[in-house]
Amino acid sequence: MADSETPLAVHEPELRHHFDDSAQQFESSVLGMWVFLVTEVLFFGGMFGAYTVYRNLYPEAFASTSHFMNVTIGAINTAVLIFSSFTMVLSVRSAQLGQKKALIIFLILTLILGCVFLGFKYVEYHEKWVDHHVPGPSFRYEDTRYVHQAQILFFLYFAMTGMHAIHMIVGAGLLTALIVMSARNRFSAAWYTPVEMIGLYWHFVDVVWIFLFPLLYLIGHTK
Amino acid sequence: MNHHVVSVKVYAAVFAALLALTLTTVAVSKLELGEFNFIVAITIAVIKATLVILFFMDVRHATDLTKLFVGAGLFWLAILLVFLLSDYFSRGWLPGPGWL
Amino acid sequence: MSTTLPFAATQAQPNYLNVDYGWKSWLFTTDHKRIALLYLFSITAFFFVGGMFAVGMRMNLLTPQGLFDHDTYNKLFTMHGIIMVFFFLVPSIPATLGNFLVPIMIGARDLAFPRINLISWYLYIIGGLVALGAVVQGGVDTGWTFYAPFSSTYSNTHVLITAIGVFISGFSSILTGLNFIVTVHKMRAPGMTWNRLPLFVWGHYATSLIQVLGTPVVAITLVLLALERLFHAGIFDPNVGGDPVLFQHLFWFYSHPAVYIMILPGMAVISEIVTCFSRKAIFGYSFVAISSIAIAVLGFLVWGHHLFVAGQSMYASIAFSFLSFVVAIPSAIKVFNWTATMYRGSVSYDTPMLYAFGFIGLFTIGGLTGLFLATMAIDVHVTDTYFVIAHFHYVMVGGMVMAYLGGIHFWFPKISGRMYPEGWAKFAALVVFVGFNLTFFPQFILGYQGMPRRYAHYPPEFQVLNVMSTAGASILAMGYLIPMIYLAWAWRNGPIAPQNPWRAKGLEWEQSPTPPPTFNFDRQPVVTEPAYNYSGEEEEEVELGG
Repeated sequence: MADSETPLAVHEPELRHHFDDSAQQFESSVLGMWVFLVTEVLFFGGMFGAYTVYRNLYPEAFASTSHFMNVTIGAINTAVLIFSSFTMVLSVRSAQLGQKKALIIFLILTLILGCVFLGFKYVEYHEKWVDHHVPGPSFRYEDTRYVHQAQILFFLYFAMTGMHAIHMIVGAGLLTALIVMSARNRFSAAWYTPVEMIGLYWHFVDVVWIFLFPLLYLIGHTK
Repeated sequence: MNHHVVSVKVYAAVFAALLALTLTTVAVSKLELGEFNFIVAITIAVIKATLVILFFMDVRHATDLTKLFVGAGLFWLAILLVFLLSDYFSRGWLPGPGWL
Repeated sequence: MSTTLPFAATQAQPNYLNVDYGWKSWLFTTDHKRIALLYLFSITAFFFVGGMFAVGMRMNLLTPQGLFDHDTYNKLFTMHGIIMVFFFLVPSIPATLGNFLVPIMIGARDLAFPRINLISWYLYIIGGLVALGAVVQGGVDTGWTFYAPFSSTYSNTHVLITAIGVFISGFSSILTGLNFIVTVHKMRAPGMTWNRLPLFVWGHYATSLIQVLGTPVVAITLVLLALERLFHAGIFDPNVGGDPVLFQHLFWFYSHPAVYIMILPGMAVISEIVTCFSRKAIFGYSFVAISSIAIAVLGFLVWGHHLFVAGQSMYASIAFSFLSFVVAIPSAIKVFNWTATMYRGSVSYDTPMLYAFGFIGLFTIGGLTGLFLATMAIDVHVTDTYFVIAHFHYVMVGGMVMAYLGGIHFWFPKISGRMYPEGWAKFAALVVFVGFNLTFFPQFILGYQGMPRRYAHYPPEFQVLNVMSTAGASILAMGYLIPMIYLAWAWRNGPIAPQNPWRAKGLEWEQSPTPPPTFNFDRQPVVTEPAYNYSGEEEEEVELGG
């Protein structure tokens, strides 16, 4: 039985005692992360369901509120996130090749781009706050025909983008941890699993935005 | 570890494609296409997501098991959305004479 | 082939219990067996709390005018439901027996992610304490189903805190499921192919699929509910254009599959017990294995049967009704196969088998009454009456809790290294069976006669059956208390168990010491025979002259 005293551990860094070898451990991590991402698909999925229901119930209100979506910021943010996925994938590649400096640089770039996204999000939210479009006691809507329906739609906007932003913030925290770990030489071409796993998480958050952007910002815009 | 390294060129090509698709979807959204706006926007989103999943998340080189779980997640999302919406879409249907 | 060790040696050998002492070795453990025990104690505590609320309810229902006012009674049944569903039934078997046995049954040294296993227990505890915090502050009165707009707009009880507690514990469930899925895929011993897996593992795998796919949706539903409590945007408020039925859809998308999270592990336990105490391989192994997966998948397609009278479209209701009949088929297959296993088997009546008999009979009744409810024409009549309550208590208490008790007794020697007192155990099983039926069978009749659920007071004509039900509940409570006492006694004072007291098949009995060492095996098991190879053993015995 393999335990931490056998030579296997010497040649296979970071091997934990309950695994037989690194391949099993790595495959388990990959499957585990994907199962987690599947839970996230269903988690966001519930909100996409609610959004679809109300969009179809109140098409005029939806068309009305779509004029208040800042397409420019949304489009820039989409490009920013795609760019951050690119830098993330390059950081994983650097880890694969044992290129510590490149790994750190690309991780930092990814983190910066993530923060840019959050910064733009803050600008947007602030805009909405000033316009009294944040649901709650201070909510007011320009077209009195759709006040209540608009509040529901803005509620969903904030719930969906807010939940997405929370995932971005968590991702930023994880990236910071990765940067620190990389600087401390924890990763090598033989073991960089956390980089790849957090990369998967980051790309997933990007995929959620890829759907949020057209559904919230682009549809109903022309009516 | 035990998987191959993808070239920067491939990643850059995917990145460029994603940006191009983003520009496209924004441009198309300015046109008046009625219901078609929605279909085009969703189709482009699905293509972008597929590119990210296959290339950036490396699912094209992943084990069959991983692909199965990716598919299962999407399938279950479809169950949620389809069954949920089937209630709302069919509420307006009225039974015809002599039917139930 | 001898599989027993000398008595003295069994105790002297280092095992997962005596390898380390002190609270830190338990609270910071990553050993799946110790985590299983942490769960066992906390789940039992929550069962007790949930039971206390039931006591309050049944005391109230002794008389038509009751003991409590409506608001208090609303809180009693709400807290009973929330605690029993989210903090007892959902984790019960997977977090205790599943955690303990799945790695051993597949020949692994631990689950794939031991630290995540510990985190899942802490999340369960934190979620539970948050929910108990709501109880202590005055409770919730929305029903465990949290229906909007009452829960989102009108209730002035501690909905937000309770929702948070349930949300946190949901992640405990997700992480447990995630851990089991990866473990079963990646950590099986050499020779342990999918069709040699014990059905206990198949059942837990199917359960884990549901946990992973369903729980996130109730999580987001609770988030939306919490946000609505805070911001009052009206997403579920019909006064401002919100749809309360949307809440019900999102809630039941999880909560129906959740009942399969609750029952599949129970069925998994019954499969193990029935084969062992019939000395016979399970009849139709593949069918039982696939039926677990079928239940997991089909269980996601039926949630609308909770919305038949809610305003759901008739056409959606028809589809959901039909699918609800379909989902009964794999459950029926299991019942047939268990029965066929016993036919021409060598059946013995040890306590675990008594609980298995109870399960098969009571689950069948519960399941059949589920078909009544799936029939729209009947459901319109009995929905929101005691008929529904009797139905789900038959499957959950007559089914699931009996399976849980059966499993605890069956594996008690493996977990503790000691035997429980068989005489007391048989007696308690009988008390549970009698108490259960006296409590819940009258409720079918009450429901059919029209007594609504969640009512603090009722018309006098229903009193006789209610008194019977409360009497039954007192007996049932005794039936639950007796095992708590003798199992606690046996843990320290019971006779030392041999390695395989039931002469059962399975890696946990044949190749793992009793109790197991920290890494489960003295040497890496290699699997060469199919599961439940009882006939192979009998051939051996015949050759050796019996």
